[in-house]
Amino acid sequence: MNLHEYQGKALFREYGLPVSNGVACDTTEEVLAAAKQIGGDMWVVKAQVHAGGRGKAGGVKLVKTEAEIREFCDRHIGSRLVTYQTDANGQPVSKILIETCTDIANELYLGAVVDRSTRRIVFMASTEGGVEIEKVAEETPEKILKAAIDPLVGPQPYQARQMGFQLGLNPTQMKQFTQIFMGLAKLFDEKDVALIEINPLVITEEGNLHCLDAKIVIDSNAMYRHPELAAMHDPSQEDEREAIAAKWELNYVALEGSIGCMVNGAGLAMGTMDTVKLYGGAPANFLDVGGGATKERVAEAFKLILSDSSVKAVFVNIFGGIVRCDMIAEGIIGAVEEVGVEVPVVVRLEGTNADKGAEILSQSDLNIIAGSSLADAAQKVVAAAGGAA
Amino acid sequence: MSILINKNTKVICQGFTGKNGTFHSEQAIAYGTKMVGGVTPGKGGTEHLGLPVFNTVADAVAATGADASVIYVPAPFVMDSIMEAVDSGIQLIVCITEGVPTLDMLKCKIACDNAGIVLIGPNCPGVITPDECKIGIMPGHIHKKGRVGIVSRSGTLTYEAVKQTTDMGFGQSTCVGIGGDPIPGSNFIDILARFQEDPETEAIVMIGEIGGTAEEEAAEFIKQNVTKPVVSYIAGSTAPPGKRMGHAGAIISGGKGTADEKFAALEAAGVTVTRNLAEIGVTLKEATGW
Repeated sequence: MNLHEYQGKALFREYGLPVSNGVACDTTEEVLAAAKQIGGDMWVVKAQVHAGGRGKAGGVKLVKTEAEIREFCDRHIGSRLVTYQTDANGQPVSKILIETCTDIANELYLGAVVDRSTRRIVFMASTEGGVEIEKVAEETPEKILKAAIDPLVGPQPYQARQMGFQLGLNPTQMKQFTQIFMGLAKLFDEKDVALIEINPLVITEEGNLHCLDAKIVIDSNAMYRHPELAAMHDPSQEDEREAIAAKWELNYVALEGSIGCMVNGAGLAMGTMDTVKLYGGAPANFLDVGGGATKERVAEAFKLILSDSSVKAVFVNIFGGIVRCDMIAEGIIGAVEEVGVEVPVVVRLEGTNADKGAEILSQSDLNIIAGSSLADAAQKVVAAAGGAA
Repeated sequence: MSILINKNTKVICQGFTGKNGTFHSEQAIAYGTKMVGGVTPGKGGTEHLGLPVFNTVADAVAATGADASVIYVPAPFVMDSIMEAVDSGIQLIVCITEGVPTLDMLKCKIACDNAGIVLIGPNCPGVITPDECKIGIMPGHIHKKGRVGIVSRSGTLTYEAVKQTTDMGFGQSTCVGIGGDPIPGSNFIDILARFQEDPETEAIVMIGEIGGTAEEEAAEFIKQNVTKPVVSYIAGSTAPPGKRMGHAGAIISGGKGTADEKFAALEAAGVTVTRNLAEIGVTLKEATGW
């Protein structure tokens, strides 16, 4: 689960990391009032979306006057911000964070992530902070400093010192960096973080370290033990259909093709999309009905697929393990009767009770095309959707 | 021979009397797995599915001499269950449960490694040696005893590969679903090494998917250590590059992780790859000359 910058910074504050004084606001008037409350004659206003690249996209601005604040807020609140990290529709902006200004002398990068190959939380730091950090990592990987945290012992200050010396920090900054590093590692562990990033971690003109941005992704599997974080969930940042899908424990991602796919298992769902593409079709979605699919969930999955008007045919590909094919067949029939399906439906059932499922489908008077194998079914659905593109 | 499990493997189930534990233990018993009991705290001394129930894994091991444990407990209790199995002398732990927090797995993985215990999963279909022992949720009837070792990150894709190798008449030595989580108990390399050593495994099918660098690392291992024919499929060629947050993920993976990069790494390691999921069996036939 992604957090907004203002939520991330609240966590930073809790863990003793230096962040700017700021207020997250819903309306232009609130932002103006917050500017007065914060004081000074210059502020930074930042559109709150779950994506990076906001600065380049005009979602972050230095403002000095009421007119500038109004202009920025009116432009962004209620509209969508497109950055190179979002899709073409962008992400909706419903909150603006207004903060005090920071005089920047230097920009560093500090991030941490669970590294699958070393099976450790790995911290990464670089003197090359800012938006070009990925290019730095690709072209000059030696400029990315790394420190792996021992899961049993936890983070140690020497790891921060090691990084700090290589970053060229002075003794005062070294102390600050160690505090940030240890605080971040504690936060990572206590809040079940999957990814955390301070980009940039700046050195101010006074020579102090300061966290100018906060990106935090929480491990969704651990939400059950963090009700305080679950309360920070912002469903507006997710695709509407994806949010409905999540409610039914379906895993759905909308795509741009014409063949709706309903599959059990994420791997097979991806494999089914690949197969459709291989035979010349274009998948309209990724949809995993999961291991414990029920009749109701199958029906909801069908409704979701058909809510996309570009769907010209539906491909149901089920390899029953825990999921019984006869139950899936009943779900399909229920959904078709309830929703009224006007596009061709190609069904391939394999595994547990596949024969029973096929029998149920063939005895119904619905227009369902049976696929005898994965390849056969994929070819049939591509043909049913109007042939190869 | 086979890897990890065979007809002599004595299996207990943690979460035995729960819905999933009950259903899948029944299936395992029907398949012929040597199930010797189960653990549900507070229900020790009772009987379930005709087998003894114990309060603790230690009690179960002492009474039955179990070698393996399969875990079906809900995600919040998985770390506790794995650690209990580790401390009780179980040699192989298969964790089926999905939704386990990643940081729990970081710790469990180290505990298993330190104790020399093999952990498969979590979030996986389990392990099966056809006609001998089934630990997990895979449909037993699609398997056939034979000569192909199958290892996969995805449950249903494993079934797909199993069906195709069964249909072609090759059958399987052992099939291992390592699970799709970021920190699996065992990875491709752990299983590939075992297949390479196993005389009954004549060829290997490895099914990967996009994300992470496990397939690239496996390719490197195969190049150095595996002499048996390997056929591979990677799911996710058409998956869109999702919305993302920040750069840390991209930096740590060093630009690896797409299907194309994985296919290329595997091909460079001498693996026969197929981009058509429906042609795993056919590709295996070509690669082995069977």
